[in-house]
Amino acid sequence: MTNSFRDFAKAKMILVIGSNMTEAHPVAASLLKMAVIGGAEMIVVDPRRTPLVDLANLHVQIKVGSDVAFLNGVMHVLIAEDIYDKKYVESCTVGFEELKQKVLEYTPERAAAISGVDADTIRTVARRLAANRPAMLMYTLGITEHTCGVDNVMSCANLQMLLGNVGFECGGVNPLRGQNNVQGACDMGALPNVFPGYQRVDNPQAREKFAAAWKVERLPEKPGLMIPQMIDGLLDGKVKAFYVFGENLANTEPDIRHVERCLGAAEFLVCQDIFPTETTRFAHVVLPAAAWSENDGTFTSSERRVNRVRTASAPPGEAKPNWWIFKEIARRMGHVWESDSARELWDNEISQLAPSLAGIKYFRLEGNGLQWPAPSLEHEGTPYLHKDGCFTCGLGVLKAIDWRPPAETPDEEYPLVLSTGRRLYHYHTRTQTGRSEGLNVLLGEETADISETDADRYGIADGETIAVRSRRGRVAVKARVTPQVPPGMVWMAFHFREGCANWLTNPVYDPITLTAEYKACAVAVEKIA
Amino acid sequence: MKDAIFSLNGKETVYQPGQTVLEAARAAGVNIPTLCYLKDTTPTGACRICLVEIAGARTLMAACSTPVAAGMEVFTETDRVHNARRLNVELLLSSGRHDCMICERNGDCRLQDLAYYYGIKEMRFPQDQDFYPTEEENPFIVRDFTRCIRCGRCIQACNELVVNRAISYGYRGKDSKVVTGGDGPYLGSECVFCGQCVEVCPVGALTEKKARGKARAWETQKIRTTCPYCGVGCQQWLHVKDGRITKVTAVEDGEPNMGRLCVKGRFGYDFIYSEDRLKTPLIRENGSFREASWDEALDLVAGKFKEIIAKEGPDAIAGVSCARSINEDSYQMQKLFRAVIGTNNIDHCART
Ligand code: SF4
Ligand code: SF4
Ligand code: SF4
Ligand code: FES
Repeated sequence: MTNSFRDFAKAKMILVIGSNMTEAHPVAASLLKMAVIGGAEMIVVDPRRTPLVDLANLHVQIKVGSDVAFLNGVMHVLIAEDIYDKKYVESCTVGFEELKQKVLEYTPERAAAISGVDADTIRTVARRLAANRPAMLMYTLGITEHTCGVDNVMSCANLQMLLGNVGFECGGVNPLRGQNNVQGACDMGALPNVFPGYQRVDNPQAREKFAAAWKVERLPEKPGLMIPQMIDGLLDGKVKAFYVFGENLANTEPDIRHVERCLGAAEFLVCQDIFPTETTRFAHVVLPAAAWSENDGTFTSSERRVNRVRTASAPPGEAKPNWWIFKEIARRMGHVWESDSARELWDNEISQLAPSLAGIKYFRLEGNGLQWPAPSLEHEGTPYLHKDGCFTCGLGVLKAIDWRPPAETPDEEYPLVLSTGRRLYHYHTRTQTGRSEGLNVLLGEETADISETDADRYGIADGETIAVRSRRGRVAVKARVTPQVPPGMVWMAFHFREGCANWLTNPVYDPITLTAEYKACAVAVEKIA
Repeated sequence: MKDAIFSLNGKETVYQPGQTVLEAARAAGVNIPTLCYLKDTTPTGACRICLVEIAGARTLMAACSTPVAAGMEVFTETDRVHNARRLNVELLLSSGRHDCMICERNGDCRLQDLAYYYGIKEMRFPQDQDFYPTEEENPFIVRDFTRCIRCGRCIQACNELVVNRAISYGYRGKDSKVVTGGDGPYLGSECVFCGQCVEVCPVGALTEKKARGKARAWETQKIRTTCPYCGVGCQQWLHVKDGRITKVTAVEDGEPNMGRLCVKGRFGYDFIYSEDRLKTPLIRENGSFREASWDEALDLVAGKFKEIIAKEGPDAIAGVSCARSINEDSYQMQKLFRAVIGTNNIDHCART
C-alpha cells in the first residue's frame, strides 16, 4: 500500500474496488467503517453486494471483469468535464495525452454497456471523486486475479493520479495483501527476477554485490520461472526437482486435476510444512517445520510495516525453524553460512543488502515496528509513499489501457460466471483454521452462493446439494441462496477440499505476473438427483 | 492566545479545548478510576465511577463525559467523591453474582480492583438473585449475565470500534440486558465473533471459552507478536502459561489495529497444538512414508539436488517460498536457490 492503515480511520472519501474487506481483512474494514460512521463518504465497486455495501453511500455493481472499462469511463468524465487535477497531472505525471486519447473512447455510455452500470452512475462517481479529495482507493484480489490484473492495477493508479490523490495522507493506491507476509516474501526476493530489496537479477552490479555478500563467484542472471511455469515444467520434464515450502499448491492453484497430475510427475518433490497437506501426499521427502509462534522473526504487513514475531512455545517433536533447514541443506552442498538466528539474518544480512531496509534492525522493532523505506538508523519509517506527488522513480506514469474481457465468458453450455474468494471464518485451505477449535463450527463446509433469480430459474432450494461444472471439472456442493450474489454469478471459496472452487477455475494467467484468473470462468449448475 | 487552563486538585493545569475532565486529568498524570469509559468511543456515563467534584456544580459530575471549561475547579479525591464512588461500587457488587473465586477473571477484573482500593469490607446490600441464563452455545464466547454490570463497553466496542453493530441495550430498568437483534444467542445473530466485546468487558461477564480453566491471569506471561493470518499485521498479546498459549488479546496501542482483532486473529491460534503436526522428517519408500532422521533426510535432499544439477543443470530445480512464514525464511530460501543451487527459479504465491 502507498499509505497506512491508520489513514483508513481518518479518510474522508473512500473508493473500495474488488475487496471484500469485512471478511478478508476484518480489522482494516473496522477502521474503514469507523471513518464512514464518522461522516466519510464511501463508494464500493463490486459485482457482489458485500457486507461493506450496507454502509456505502454508493454501490457500483459492475460485471465481473469489467473494471478497466468502468474506470476508463470514470476518467472519461473527469477529463471531458475538466474536473481532474491539472496541476498535479502536469507537474507529477507523464503520459496524459495517451491516456486522454484512450479514455475519450470510453464514453459513459460505452463503459455502461460493458460494465452493466448505468452511465449516470459513472458520471456520479467521477463527480463525487472530483469534489471530495483526496480519496483513498483500496483494492484486493478482485482487481489482480484476472488475466487483465496488471491492467486493472494500472487503471486504479491512473485514476488516482488523474485526481491528484497519490502522495498524500488518506489518499493513494492501497492493495490489501491477502497473506500475512506476502509483502515480506516479495521484499525478501522470493521472486524469480529480483534479489532482496527489489534489486534486479539481470543487473550486473546487483549480481556482483550479492555474489560478494554471499561469497560465491557468480549468480544466475536469467530471471527464473514463476509458479505456474514451474508446475507445468514438472509435466514436460523441464523441472526435475521441486521444493515447496509451506504452500498447498494442490488446493490453491486453478484446475486441481491438472496441478495434481503435474505434482505426481515430479522426479523429486520436497515439501516443508507444519502439517501434512494435499500437496505433501506427492512428496518424496517431507521436512517438519516450526510454526508461527515457535519462531523469532519478522513479518511485513500490507502497510510495509516490519513487525516482530516472537516465540511462545517450542516446536513439536523434531520440527525445526525453516531458516535452519535451508542453512543445513546449503552446508551439505558445500556452503557454510554464518547467521544462526533470524535476528542475525536480518541484522547482518537482509538490512545490509536491501537499501530500503537499511535502517531497520531488531532493536528498533520492539514496539510498533517500522514502515519501509527506512534507509538509515535515524529514519523514522515512511507512513505514505510519493509524498506530495514526488514519485520515487521520477514522474508517475499514466498508461493508456484498453478493456479486455476475461479469457472464458459464459456461453450456452456454461451460462454462469464463477467468481471466487475468501470467507470470514476460514483461511486459505484451512490447514490452520480447520485445526483451530471452533472455526469449523462457525463454517463447516463450502457452499456455492447463487442469486434468488438463478435459484428460481434452476429450481434450486437453499441448502440443496447441487453440481457445479466447468470445462475443468465438477463438484457437488451445497447451494446458498443469497442476495449478496447478482443473477448470473456463482460464488465459491477454496477453503474446503470437497467443493473447492479450484476444481473448476481456469488456469489462464495475466501475461506479466502470471496471476491466475480466479475471479472469472464459465460454469453451469444443475440439480443432483 | 492564552493557554487553556483549569484547576485540578488546586493546581493550575493546561488542557486542550474539547478534552474531557478525564482526558485532561490523565494527561496531567492524575488518575481517575473508570469502568464504562472506552477510549475512542462516545462516552456513555453509565457507571458513575469516575465522579469528580466541580466547584459550583450541585451534583458530582462524571469526568468521562464532562468537557473541561476554562477556569473550572475540579477535585478528584475529596471525601464526597470517595463516598460516592464507593457507594457505586457497592451497588455494582450487589447487582450481580460476584463470587470472584470461581470467576474466570479473578485477578484481572476492574470491579474487583475497585472493591479492593475503595476498602469495601462487606456486602451491605442484598444481592440480586434474578438473572438471565448464561449463554454458551457458541465455540468462543461465554456470556455470563450474572456478572454483567451493564457498563455498556461491549456495546460501544461492537458499534464504534469494530463497527459490527451486533449488540445494543434491550429491556428497561432492572431487566436491562445487552442483546443481539431479536435477543437471540450470539450464534445465529449479526455477531461475527471478533471477540472485541470480550476484550473490553471489565469483569467476568464475557470471557473466552477456550481459555476457561487454563490459567489465572497472574500465572501467564504476555508475549507480543504479529497475527499469522491476513496482511493487516495486527499486534497481539499471546498469554502463555508453561509454554502454551492460553488466549490471545490485542495490543491496545499497537499499530495498526489499536486494540482490535478479528475472529481468526483472536481465536485461530491453537492449530499449533494439533496432533496432526509434522514431527519428524519423512521419506517416501515403496509408496508410503517412513520416519527418518534429519541427517538422513537432509543428505538425501542435498544429494539429489547435486545429482540433478550435475545432470540437468541448476535450472531443473525450482522452489516456492511461503508467504505465511517469516521474512528470514524467505530470504534464506532464495539465497539457497540463487547462491547454492544457482538458479532464479524461486517464487511464492505473491499473487494469491
Ligand atoms: S457484558 Fe461486560 S462489557 Fe458488556 S455491559 Fe456487561 S459488564 Fe459491561
Ligand atoms: S463478538 Fe464482535 S461482533 Fe460479536 S457481539 Fe462481540 S464485538 Fe460484536
Ligand atoms: S486479526 Fe484478523 S484482521 Fe488482524 S491480521 Fe489477523 S486475520 Fe488480519
Ligand atoms: S467511566 Fe465515567 S461514567 Fe463510567
